[in-house]
Amino acid sequence: MTVAAEARPGSDAGRPRRDLGSSLMRLVPPVLVFLAAIAIWELATAGTGRRVIPPPSAIVAAMGRESDLLTRSAIATFTEALGGLLIGSVAGIVIGFATARWAVARDILVPLAVGASTIPLIAIAPIIGNWFGVLNPLSKMMMAALLVFFPVVINVIRGLVEVQPAQLELMRSYASSPTEVLRKVRVPNMLPFLFTALKVAATLAFIGAIVAEYFGGTSAVIGRVVLTSMSSGRFDVAWAGIIIGALGALGAYLIVVIAERLIIPWSPSFRA
Amino acid sequence: MSSVPVTPPASDALAVRLAGVHKSFPVKGGSSTVALEDIGLDIGTGEFVSLIGPSGCGKSTLLRIVGDLIEPTAGTVEVNGKPAHQARIDRDYGMVFQAPVLFDWRTVEANVRLPLELMTGAAGADRDRRVREMLDLVGLADFTRHHPHQLSGGMQQRVAIARALVFEPALLLMDEPFGALDEMTRERLNGEVLKVWARTGTTVIFVTHSIPEAVFLSTRVVVMSPRPGRISEIIDIDLPQPRTEETRESERYFELVTQVREALRAQHGGGASAARARAEGGIG
Repeated sequence: MTVAAEARPGSDAGRPRRDLGSSLMRLVPPVLVFLAAIAIWELATAGTGRRVIPPPSAIVAAMGRESDLLTRSAIATFTEALGGLLIGSVAGIVIGFATARWAVARDILVPLAVGASTIPLIAIAPIIGNWFGVLNPLSKMMMAALLVFFPVVINVIRGLVEVQPAQLELMRSYASSPTEVLRKVRVPNMLPFLFTALKVAATLAFIGAIVAEYFGGTSAVIGRVVLTSMSSGRFDVAWAGIIIGALGALGAYLIVVIAERLIIPWSPSFRA
Repeated sequence: MSSVPVTPPASDALAVRLAGVHKSFPVKGGSSTVALEDIGLDIGTGEFVSLIGPSGCGKSTLLRIVGDLIEPTAGTVEVNGKPAHQARIDRDYGMVFQAPVLFDWRTVEANVRLPLELMTGAAGADRDRRVREMLDLVGLADFTRHHPHQLSGGMQQRVAIARALVFEPALLLMDEPFGALDEMTRERLNGEVLKVWARTGTTVIFVTHSIPEAVFLSTRVVVMSPRPGRISEIIDIDLPQPRTEETRESERYFELVTQVREALRAQHGGGASAARARAEGGIG
């Protein structure tokens, strides 16, 4: 899990910002390619019955047929993933602030966090299931939270600490207190880093929740639906589950992107 | 502005008083590099003093010592008759850096307002009026809602100047503020700085490595030599006020430019090789 992506504030003064309209225009080509790929997929797999890769039309049909199970599963899995995203983000932000505040804690915890984030955290899933109870949705949330935690904490610390020295010198010339420096400089400086982390975290939360489901628990969850329908040869239902999981992750990602646009429209990451 | 003194006035009207200021920085291996040696300088209220010298002469270091952004190794620094530290706590000076140091997340208006937000006393309406006045003064009244990245380098630096002046500090410290700008923009901003200086009566200490800029702006030019940083000569600039574009073409202006250039060149005489030998430790 090397997910310590970071925002790199640039110094591209004077360049025009991309507005929303032109951003949407940029989405047109990839959407067209996506639709073309679906069409090719359909044509390549149509009419040959039940296979490992069913045609999209069969997957859509399976969604309709199994809508009750899939809806319940989607609600359960989305709850786990979003709960984990919330827990992991809040924990990452709180510990990030505490760590950035005390230099000693930073010197000790940052290398540990970076080190820990290289552990294949998925391997811990059975242990977490054991701790919180396999049947308890909290065990899935905690797996998701664990994946979310590391990119968030690392980026929050970087954003709070990696402030331009000249900005700190300016604040010093105003004889401003550490609290003022935190509020007026460090926190706003951190926000682009945080949103970069949250975009990664949004998809990681779904990975964490679904992987945790593979290790056991209640049956009406996306991970179990995929597993059980695969083992009974119902590949169309399995694919329906996979696509619903993907849509959930995409939705969470888009919510973060929209929130980023609204909360930090000034972010250097929006400059072309 | 014809009453601007070209020589330091009586000590009770001193804006800055430096006596016996030394600064050395530790370098690897336990030794230290002397950045400034025995600096003594009095700057009167309302003066415009430039510090000029080659890189490594400690002019930026000296400016930061006046602003209490770094501490001298020895010597006394008084600003407005009090220790530099107290002057910083009292927000007696505004600072303009070589880079504009604006905050991305603030509009032009909000960047200029920042020092007022940090200082208690100014009410909301009064605050907004002062911000507007300053933006007017630097010609950015139409750009209040822009963000810094939407402005050119010269405009960004004007925002920084407005921000430094918005709380009406008695002293303005400028560290090569136009060093990164093209010559045309620099000359125009020179004129604007003088206008601001005339309007506000602020004392200015201005670090530059441009001889024409120093002569055009200043009432006195302090020529510094490197390694260790020392004041090698102080030249009174007796050009009439207000300075205009004609000033730049006057005979006296060229004489003074030559005088400053020769003062800088004189440093490369006798002690040059010894100075170069000491320079290996480099103090930027």
